[in-house]
Amino acid sequence: MSPRKAYQTELEELDRLVDLMAGKAQNAIALAVKSFEKLDPELADEVIKIDSEMYQLNIKIEKKCLEVIALQSPVAKDLRTVGTYLKVITDFDRIGRYARDIAEVTHRSGDKAHFKPLVSIPHIADMASRMVEMSVKAFIDRDVGLTKDVFELEDKVDSLYDEIFREVITYMMEDSKKIGIGINYMLVARYLERIADHACNISERTIYMVTGERFVKE
Amino acid sequence: MVGKIETKRLNAYFGDVHAIKDVDLSIPSNKITAIIGPSGCGKSTLIRCMNRMHEVVRGTRVTGKVIIDGRDIYAPGTDSVLVRRKVGMVFQKPNPFPTMNIYDNVVAGLRLNGERDWKILDATAERSLKLAALWDEVKDHLDASGVSISGGQQQRLCIARALAVEPEVLLLDEPCSALDPIATAKIEDLLFDLKRSYTLVIVTHNMQQAARIADYTAFMYLGELVEFGETTKIFENPEKELTEKYITGRFG
Repeated sequence: MSPRKAYQTELEELDRLVDLMAGKAQNAIALAVKSFEKLDPELADEVIKIDSEMYQLNIKIEKKCLEVIALQSPVAKDLRTVGTYLKVITDFDRIGRYARDIAEVTHRSGDKAHFKPLVSIPHIADMASRMVEMSVKAFIDRDVGLTKDVFELEDKVDSLYDEIFREVITYMMEDSKKIGIGINYMLVARYLERIADHACNISERTIYMVTGERFVKE
Repeated sequence: MVGKIETKRLNAYFGDVHAIKDVDLSIPSNKITAIIGPSGCGKSTLIRCMNRMHEVVRGTRVTGKVIIDGRDIYAPGTDSVLVRRKVGMVFQKPNPFPTMNIYDNVVAGLRLNGERDWKILDATAERSLKLAALWDEVKDHLDASGVSISGGQQQRLCIARALAVEPEVLLLDEPCSALDPIATAKIEDLLFDLKRSYTLVIVTHNMQQAARIADYTAFMYLGELVEFGETTKIFENPEKELTEKYITGRFG
């Protein structure tokens, strides 16, 4: 049996909490996108609830990380892991917050129908969700190989975001009644683009946690 | 980079026991190098080879080279006393000479070398005690017994005594293991200041101490040097799994 049983137990509990938060981040963005596509306020409420839970988890994990540092003096991979946890929980928290922002747009949209069948928004949402899913999987499984796909997708998300921006402006210029919903599209696209950035951060931090080498996407 | 101290295929034996196995190590000048590893791994033996203290024990033997400033201290004709003057040592347990007062403890080495000039002895005592950050605490009772002061002060007295003969290297064999955290912090601050003028090698069981004060860290296991590198690298991302296991406490 490994020595330092109490320390090991603390680290395992920390792993469990961070994995839980990661799973919630993934769930929050999936539900948020769905709530906006279907303009479903109940789904939006669920996202807001998850975001609050994530906020509580964020505080709990931060406290626990500081306790482990103060009481157990982790070094080497353990230290990188605890340091990474302290950073990624902010990324998870931000993802949760953006998911909530999308849910709030759903609420604000009321029963205003989408001005055309949504194509680009579900597409960017799908990519951002996949990025979160892959980065969370890479993080939980400590699988650096998965991060490559995350970085590749990020470039596509950025291009698509620019496209959506131009497209929505065109619609709004054509018909001023579409400005309200057009702004909502822009906001949602912006939130998804930010979520993709946080997924990239998680992947970069996962690489450091596993290998000890710094990787920063150009 | 050539180190202040270089060991080349260094082996040390206690009779049939092979305590140090083919250690190649380069200790940089004016830095603190920590040697860590489990009990019995050869840490103390390694540093005792660096000032020829190992050979004072009956039945011991050393092969290989220890090169200090380009000279092999085991080369035939080398005076081991001169080696020890250049390479001072401080031990785990503070060991001031119990029959001597503080002043005499500090200048004992100089007197042994025949120095009788009071002016030189006084100046050396003051300089060494100041270097050891002890002067302010003892300057008014230099005639008190060397063992009448606290453990932490005694250890700093031993450091002052070692510095009095103007060594270039100071070897410290677990100098804080018998001290409380405040006395330990004082010694650590002192070592940090001393590295400007000296090359320091410290054996420690306290990994946090190595992490706090050492620029370089060597990890030894079963007489072998497993890993040597910058302390930040060893404690953040060690190369060897054995090092990782030891410093994270997952050994055994």
